[in-house]
Amino acid sequence: MITEFLLSRHEKKTLVVAALILLAAILVPLANLLAPEGSLLHVPDHLVPLMGKYLCYALLALALDLVWGYCGILSLGHGAFFALGGYAMGMYLMRQIGPRGVYANPLLPDFMVFLNWKELPWYWTGFNHFWFAGLMVLLVPGLLAFVFGWFAFRSRVTGVYLSIITQAMTYALLLAFFRNEMGFGGNNGLTDFKDILGANIQAPETRATLFAMTALLLALSLILSSAIVRSKYGKVLIGVRDAESRTRFLGYRVENMKLFIFTVSAMMAGIAGALYVPQVGIINPGEFAPANSIEVVIWTAVGGRGTLIGPIIGAILVNFGKTIFTAAFPEFWLFALGALFIATTLFLPKGIVGTVMQGSKARAERQKAVAAEKGRTAAQPSQGAAAHETQAAE
Amino acid sequence: MDSKITNSILYLDNVSVSFDGFRALNALSFVIEPGELRAIIGPNGAGKTTMMDIITGKTRPDQGEVYFDGAIDLTRKDEAEIAQLGIGRKFQKPTVFESHTIWDNLELALNRKRGVFSTLFYRLTTEDKARIEHILETVRLTARKNDYAANLSHGQKQWLEIGMLLAQEPKLLLVDEPVAGMTDAETSETALLLKDIAKTRSVVVVEHDMGFIRDLGVKVTCLAEGSVLAEGSIDFVSNDPKVIENYLGR
Repeated sequence: MITEFLLSRHEKKTLVVAALILLAAILVPLANLLAPEGSLLHVPDHLVPLMGKYLCYALLALALDLVWGYCGILSLGHGAFFALGGYAMGMYLMRQIGPRGVYANPLLPDFMVFLNWKELPWYWTGFNHFWFAGLMVLLVPGLLAFVFGWFAFRSRVTGVYLSIITQAMTYALLLAFFRNEMGFGGNNGLTDFKDILGANIQAPETRATLFAMTALLLALSLILSSAIVRSKYGKVLIGVRDAESRTRFLGYRVENMKLFIFTVSAMMAGIAGALYVPQVGIINPGEFAPANSIEVVIWTAVGGRGTLIGPIIGAILVNFGKTIFTAAFPEFWLFALGALFIATTLFLPKGIVGTVMQGSKARAERQKAVAAEKGRTAAQPSQGAAAHETQAAE
Repeated sequence: MDSKITNSILYLDNVSVSFDGFRALNALSFVIEPGELRAIIGPNGAGKTTMMDIITGKTRPDQGEVYFDGAIDLTRKDEAEIAQLGIGRKFQKPTVFESHTIWDNLELALNRKRGVFSTLFYRLTTEDKARIEHILETVRLTARKNDYAANLSHGQKQWLEIGMLLAQEPKLLLVDEPVAGMTDAETSETALLLKDIAKTRSVVVVEHDMGFIRDLGVKVTCLAEGSVLAEGSIDFVSNDPKVIENYLGR
């Protein structure tokens, strides 16, 4: 049933984008590892994790789009789920350091030794296993989203009020993770990672593999999201977004509908965070900063919310721009980002992909109108009408 | 239990509700029989929409009893549950899913399992397809089934919403001002449609258009200031001095 669900009814452009991402998953590592340095095809080592980072952001934006673009829930706290997934992965990577830390404690990470802790806190147990950490990457953000959503959606908190409490949620986590007593490394966070699954995390081969995994999971998430939004459930979500009370009076439990997509989206954000941490080599409480979550909203808006491929394109473009811009004029980046958001809201309210789609839809309508016109003239066929017909068919 | 409770499709007794001290409904009581088509009239602020809010679970009454289909107490249930029990509601302003096609609007309204997973793995069966096609015929939108609902005219949106209610297969239909903004031709067609619908279920219509109510030719309840002012045939009600005073004007 699940495979049938995943393989059904996708739009062509979704499949094209998924295929392109998979192609990147193969070509970028090959171009990095096999193409000789200096050749045109060679992808330098430092670019691989950078592109991997873009794809993590793309996955985060896709997750946000599921709730914002399709269900109208503007979450200004999605960075929290991303960071939690990142911390779960970071805890695994910390435990892999073992006795190679500065204090050479076989069990305790350096920051715990520094704080004079004698035992590993209970919530760090299990994180020496990759499978356990992987499970937590999904469960922790998923559970938080479930509990948060349970209360918020049941109490019918919507619109700007919901946005504000999601913002408060990520801010509360930011403050909590800053505290040393929490046992997550305080403001330094978790870093100095050595291995992942026994492979050196700095090695080009590992980085190439991480990039390929990121691309693969992004493509899978895109297909999963597409299956969700094109199902009847997805249509109900759009119904909730456009006319919540109508959906409710048709007999749908709006709170359950929202809760499911919110939880799925949080898990997706968690995966993005888990893939991000080994590629950038650090996770700290700064990832919970409200501004980060707002940036995700901007990527999604720029790319086009409610389109699935829009947020992927938006996240990659804006972050590519950020890389260039912060190198050239670092102090102006925030102004540029703000200007970009305002310009998108004013001139491209549907985002890049939404606007392009609207344009092609309008063209199709025009062609249909021309075809209908032709149908009328076809009643008195003439050579001119036949010529017109071939033109319209093109 | 009162015999009225067990026989009627909808039973309201002594229902009152206040908002910030304003009494929207004041000891409102009336009964709808199974298969009945009832028109409700009354001036603005008479409590017509509040009454619908109470029946559909959007608002809880401060006091009074509301029973549906015999002995189901509606004051303890929420909107989704009440909708699933078989009460459909059409809003005053036509409310359809604008970014869905007409077909999808009806598919969503179909009376099928409405859980997250049953909708996630839903497949359109031939039976459901036939049902949607039948409703498209009834509301005369077959030719436009693949168009977005946003592109329909006002009158067509009203009809689509009525179609969605039919897809819900309710036992009781609450229809709030169905002919507002319709042309005369559309209005009389809507009267025919509602009369047709009322053959198989109970319908309550709130309307201001007296010509339309005359077309329906059914029992009329006039509300004012949150309670029933008069009840009976249209001629009886429109000759009632209290109704003339409060609503029709001299």
